[in-house]
Formats: sequence, C-alpha cells, structure tokens
Amino acid sequence: MAEAKTSREIASLASGTAFPDPLGGKGLLRFVMCGSVDDGKSTLIGRLLYDSELVLEDQLAALECDSRKFGTAGGSIDFALLVDGLQAEREQGITIDVAYRYFATGKRKFIVADAPGHEQYTRNMATGASGCDLAVILADARKGLLTQTRRHSFIVHLLGVRHIVLAINKMDLVGFSRTRFNEIATAYSAFAGELGIPSVTAIPVSATTGDNVVHRAASMPWYEGPTLLTYLELAEAGASAGARPLRMPVQWVSRPNADFRGFAGTLAAGSVRPGERVAVLPSGRTSAVARIVTRDGDLESAGAGDAVTLVLADEVDVSRGDVIAAADAHPDIADQVAAHVIWMGEEPMLPGRPYFVKCGCQTTTATITALKHKINVDNLDHIAARQLELNDIGLCNLAFSRPLVFEPYDVDRTLGGFVLIDKVSNATVGAGLIRFGLRRAENLHWQALAIDRAGRAAAKHQRPCCLWFTGLSGAGKSTLANLLEKRLHATGHHTYVLDGDNIRHGLNRDLGFSDADRVENIRRVAEVARLMVDAGLIVLVSFISPFRAERRMARELFAAGDFLEIHVDASLEVCERRDPKGLYRKARKGLITNFTGIDSEYETPEAPEMRVQTADATPDEVVDGILGELNRRELA
Amino acid sequence: MSMRSDHLRQLEAESIFILREAAAEFRKPVLLYSIGKDSSVLLHLALKAFYPAPPPFPLLHVDTTWKFKDMITFRDETARRLGLDLIVHINRDGLERGISPVTHGSAVHTDVMKTEALRQALETGGYDAAIGGARRDEEASRAKERIFSFRSAAHRWDAKTQRPELWRLFNTRLHARESMRVFPLSNWTELDVWHYVLAEEIDIVPLYFARLRPVVEREGMLIVVDDDRLPLRDGERPHMQRVRFRTLGCYPLTGAILSGAETLEEIVAELLAARTSERQGRLIDRDQAGAMERKKQEGYF
Repeated sequence: MAEAKTSREIASLASGTAFPDPLGGKGLLRFVMCGSVDDGKSTLIGRLLYDSELVLEDQLAALECDSRKFGTAGGSIDFALLVDGLQAEREQGITIDVAYRYFATGKRKFIVADAPGHEQYTRNMATGASGCDLAVILADARKGLLTQTRRHSFIVHLLGVRHIVLAINKMDLVGFSRTRFNEIATAYSAFAGELGIPSVTAIPVSATTGDNVVHRAASMPWYEGPTLLTYLELAEAGASAGARPLRMPVQWVSRPNADFRGFAGTLAAGSVRPGERVAVLPSGRTSAVARIVTRDGDLESAGAGDAVTLVLADEVDVSRGDVIAAADAHPDIADQVAAHVIWMGEEPMLPGRPYFVKCGCQTTTATITALKHKINVDNLDHIAARQLELNDIGLCNLAFSRPLVFEPYDVDRTLGGFVLIDKVSNATVGAGLIRFGLRRAENLHWQALAIDRAGRAAAKHQRPCCLWFTGLSGAGKSTLANLLEKRLHATGHHTYVLDGDNIRHGLNRDLGFSDADRVENIRRVAEVARLMVDAGLIVLVSFISPFRAERRMARELFAAGDFLEIHVDASLEVCERRDPKGLYRKARKGLITNFTGIDSEYETPEAPEMRVQTADATPDEVVDGILGELNRRELA
Repeated sequence: MSMRSDHLRQLEAESIFILREAAAEFRKPVLLYSIGKDSSVLLHLALKAFYPAPPPFPLLHVDTTWKFKDMITFRDETARRLGLDLIVHINRDGLERGISPVTHGSAVHTDVMKTEALRQALETGGYDAAIGGARRDEEASRAKERIFSFRSAAHRWDAKTQRPELWRLFNTRLHARESMRVFPLSNWTELDVWHYVLAEEIDIVPLYFARLRPVVEREGMLIVVDDDRLPLRDGERPHMQRVRFRTLGCYPLTGAILSGAETLEEIVAELLAARTSERQGRLIDRDQAGAMERKKQEGYF
C-alpha cells in the first residue's frame, strides 16, 4: 500500500503544472465541431490549439512550410492544415473524414471530432457526433444558416448531444456587426426550438484572427458572454448513467479453467455490488453477483463505464450478447422496434432486404418492415418514401430474426443505438436509434414445455407446415385453400384455414389498410400460423399479402422447409372479370382506395415454392397439382 | 485499486472494451508487440481485459534485426515472465538481400523489413486481426483512422471508404483474406501513456531513461551507436552524452534527446515542458509530405 500511495502523490504532483489535476477538475469532454464546408471548422480547431499554446515547435515549422505550399490564407499561417491530415484534403482544401484531436488546458482534457461539412460526408459527421457530450455548430456570418447547418444540428440532436454551441464565425468579414450576429442567433434559436433543443449558446468568433476563441476580443465589446474555450472548459459532461438500474452487455465469457466462469463487459448503466440480485436477459434467469473480478483485485462495487468481469452465484447459461441487468428492473425485449435510421450506404435502404444488425454485443438479422416517413432536415417535414438514399434519415419499423434486449436510445445509447451492415459487401450502411419496441415482449419469456412440436406432430402422424397462398383479389386463393383442405382432411390430415377476410372480422378487426396496419395484419396471421404449426397442424393461409417484405417477414418466423409460398397467379384482367365480391368495380369508381392491383402494387413473388395458374384450369386440376408437389416434398 | 485519474480510467475502460471486442469477434487475432512504451501499455491492458485468463491471442514482433539490443532483451524477458506466446518474424528474404537502414536508407529498409515483413507474418499466421498500439495524436493521417480499421486482401488502407464507426459498435465483418487493424489506444495521447505507465507501474525498456550513451550527430539527430554495424563517417567519433528516447525503433533511424530524466516522474515533468512532438525523432516519417498516409496505404501498420 505504501507504494500505491507514492504513485498517487507522484501522479498528482506530475500533473500539477500544465496538466489538469487528474483527480479533480471537470474530467474529459468529448465534443464535435461541425458546420457547412468553408465555414472554417478546421481553422477554428487549429486556432484553439495554437492560442492554447498546444502546437509544438516542430509542428509549427511543418505548418509554416505547408502553409506556403497548400495554404489558402495568402502566405500567413493556415491553421486548417494542422488538422486536415489526408493528402487529398490538403490538396482540395476540404475535410473528407472526421479527425480526432486531443488537447488539454489547465482546467480540462478534450477530445474533439472535426467533422466534414460536405453533404456527401454526412455519414462521417454522424460518426464524429456519436458519443459526444457537446457540439460546436459553425456558421459563416456572411452566409447565415445553410442546409448543412440545419442538417448537422438535426443529426447531433438526434444522436442525443445535449449541449449545442452556435459559433458564428468570420465576424471580421461582417465588420463585427452585432445586428448580423443577433439575426443569425435568433434564426437559429427558432430552428432549435422546433427540433426540441432546450438551449443554445451563440458565440461570435473569428477563427482567422482568433477573436473570442481563446482570448476575449476587443473588436466586439458588445458581446459579454464567455469565449469558446471558456465555455468548453465549464460545460457539463455526459448525463449520469450511474443513477439508472444495472445494465451490462456481456462481451466475453471467461473460462480459463474448470473452476472459473466469469462474464466480462462494461457497465452501460447503473452500479453493481457483490450479493445483488441480477437477471440474465433474454433468458430471464436470475442469480446473484458473487464477485467483481479485476486484475487489480476484487471490487466492492463497480459503476457505469467500468470494464469488469462478473462471477455469478449460480450456474446460469450466459453467452456473448446477453445483458446482465438489475433483477427488479429489466430492459425491454422485442423482435420488432420503431427506430430512426440514418442511411449511410451507397445503395438505397430497401424495406424487405435483410441486413446484419449490431446492438450492444448482440448481432442478428434485421429487416426493415416499414418505412414510415423520411425527414426533410430543412423544414423537418415528414415525407412519404419507399426507400432511403445515402444521407437520408427516416423513421422505420424493423423486425429482428430473434428478440433483442434493448432500451430506447433516449434512455441508453449503448442498448439503444445500432448499426446495419450489408450482408454482401459488409459495409456499414446505416445507424439506428431505437425509439420504442413494437411488441411488448418484456417479461414474457418463452416457456420450454414438456410436450414439444415433434411430439404433437407424431400424435397426428403428419409433418406440420404452413402453405401461404398469395395473389390478387379474385385469383382463387380462398377457393383453392378450401378445396385443398377438404382433400387433405379426407386423407386424415389435421388442417386449418386462415382466411384474410375472416381474420379481419375477428382477430384483426382493429386494423385498417394503412401500410403499418398491413404489416401488423400479416404479422399477427403469421404468428397464429406459427403457433398452429407448432401445434402440429397443416395451416393454409389465404391472404393477398402484396408486399415481398411482409411475406419475407412471415417466412422468417418458420424453420426452413416449414413455409411454402404458393403464388396463385391470374392476370389483373382475369381477376377483374371474375370480381367475386364486386370490389374491383368499387375500386375503379374510387369507392375503395389502396386496392391491390388498382392503386396499390402487387409485388410478384420472385421464388415461390409453387406458382399455380388459375386462368385456364379448374380448381380440382390445380389442387391435384399442389397435392402432387406436397407428396413430392413428403408433406402429404 | 491503483491511482488513476478519471480520464485515465475512462481511457483504460475504453481500451479494454476494444480488446475484448476484438477477441470475441475475430477468428484469429494477434497483438503486434513492438516493445515500446505504447506496446507495454497495450500488453498491460490486454492482461487486465481477460484476467484471470491470459490474453487469448499471441504476441507478434516484426523484427527488422536493427532494434536496440535492450529492446530484444526486454521483449524476451517480458514474454518469459508473463508466460506469453511470442512469435518473432524476420523477413528472411530481405535479410538475405542484405537490406539495412545503413546501406539502403530508411525508406527501403522500412518497406522491406517492416511493411513487407508484417504482411508476410500476417499471411503466414492466417491472422484476420492485428491489434496495435498506434495513437491518433501521433500523426495527421492517423487522426482520421478508425479504431477498427479495414484492410483489403492486399493489406491496403483506403481513407475514402472507411466504415462509419458510431458509438462503440465496431463492424468486424470480413471476407476471406481481408483483415482488420485494431487500435485500442486510438484516443490516448503521449502524455496519457506516460501518466498511465507511472500510475500503473508498468515496466518499460530502459532506453526511455536518460543514461550516458555513445552518440554521434547526423542530420540534426543524435544517433546512439548500439553496436558495431553502424559505419562511422569521416570525422565521426561517438562521444558519451546523457540521452534518452521518446520513441523507439531501428537504432540507426531513431534520434535520442538530450535529457537528464532518469525516473518516470522526471520524464513526465520533462514532457510537460516539451516544445516538440515525439515523432520529431523519427527519420521515416519525415521523408516526404504525406509519408505516413502513403505507407499505410501500402500496408504499414
């Protein structure tokens, strides 16, 4: 212990002069510097470093040399060259990628992300803003607020950055005009208010002259607020995650020998002590914490942000991706969520396409089941859209291939943020922020039952499956499903027909025909079908189900081979001529909207297990064909 | 608990998270151990991350055969003391061709004995992730690099197609023959490293401490004559000076600084007063503008 004490004395002694007291002070502040291209971000950071006397002699010599070679400051020192590190950036005089800078003053240590301003690099800007406590948004005093200013403000707010500083730069070029400053600050306040940003601090600066960056400017006596650096030194860092219930995503299961089994991870929220009850999610099994292990010895407690290894009192099955949580306050579990998605892929985001999703330490497959709207970042309007392009932001419903443990992003960034990864290129194509779960599955854990599906199927002497009939209204789905059921029943099979119209009279009578309701309609039916297959039945589903994404969602609920998509194919002309329920006539008259085939698209299945033509065959002939295929597949 | 300041605790936890993530997600990771202070800190963090288990990956040292003798001694002692699996790789082809910093200059030597050698070692070992101690504050192009930095099958780094890296969600997906460089110390500064070495009492190579050493002056740099392979130029005569190193590499390419700092405390104090950056002592970074960026594109760590 004597040695350790010496270290502490030394550590604080050594940092006493030009370095912040490591045991006191305001701690680390992560902030992002953003704004439109040419607003002067890199120059402002360079100025912060230079005026804080943090540019070292050899760096300064290199800077003077580079300023002559690449400089845009007409022979004098171009501070942007301190931070624009890539050759292409220096040559083009722009910032392509987010750069990280580190500096410390007598009061505090800073990590600053210098984010690119060009629209094509918005994804890099979002990268820089994630995990930051504060954002400095730059505006050019001559140009005022630009699209990128608004876009960046929206993104940093979306990403949960709490403090926003509006640095109105190039004040020297507008004659240090108080009126101009007030104009821009007022316009920005209005925009920030619409976004729901609680408070904004506006500071008039000039990065090239250094006014109000580090030193107070004599040029703007009317400004009485803090300089930029003073504001940064005093700002509060991140919200306290410690007061919330324990959340620890398990990163790594440590089993060095038969006697030790520990679960390594970083506490996302809350605290933990030996003896406390915890639950392991998603299984819901509970235990108590036996030890908190570190190489520096066992701990009496650990808090948010600590990287530890927990040993539990009981033999509980825990693997990477599970979340160890307070036993009396679980996070949510859901396999469908609503989330804001920032699209970062070169190819557009398509509902229905499966992506890898990484959330906390969990990785699984996610499909966008619905794109509710796209957001126009200029005026915050919600726009209907079928896909998201690069740099678009939209509100989406996502379905995961297994339930994920999560928290809303506003509550917890670790369990509420996710990335989407393209399954072919492996590129990171999207970032998401979970708003809420669509299926309240928390506290509902799957009960392992004594009689399983195989047992129930064996009792019925059949192989259960789901036959999903899809096609236009009037194509003959219900006719075929009914006839097929009769034939199966006659040969001793246990069956059930789920028919679109009938279900809408009961289980789904609360649903309309909006996109979101259509998704929910299919989801419920698919879930019921799954339960029935589990019960050992052959289930015949007769639903128009016009969208590929929804049919895919249904398919993913079943084991491979249990789901057979049957496309009942008849042309629109044939269906309209049949018009058994008179619906086409009504739709043509405009009495019904969103009618498939008329004003709503039917997406033809690309690879159904069966495709049957009903225009030139009798129902019996078609069912013969289906039965033949079921026999071939040993299903009937 | 040891006496670390708040921000060092934050940095430590972040690095441990990164190390665990690399171990969990890659098929066959390896830790690039270059014997310097950053590698010492990285190794220390790896021991913490997986305790009580040993780090679940071997250590790889790419030996150019021109490292200081003290470095090799320290490397072997460290591996033995901690019972770690250490792999030493030398580019045999380069050795046979007689490549040396003395006869071929820093650019050729570094390309053949470091960059090429690293590629050989990673390919021979079938490693899909190489964990290294590089920091973003070292150099301008490093400041732009991701913590999990993608390399093509040809080991190239492409600054323009870097994967967005949000929060702590690292995309670790790779196709066959592609690989990842992982930098757990990305957010550390040189000063952080020294504060941490001090607070955690981490062993480092004695070359970091000022001693009387035989020195010649070349192109404004103080070169310590570590063995008799360094041909002396006309009029050069090694003389004893009290020097130490801020950064370590191949001895003919690494400049020492005049210093009286013989303890960690004195090193930190000296650093706080310093007016030059640590890479000033490295010849290889100064060769041409954008030197590091180009070397990285070719596969340099």
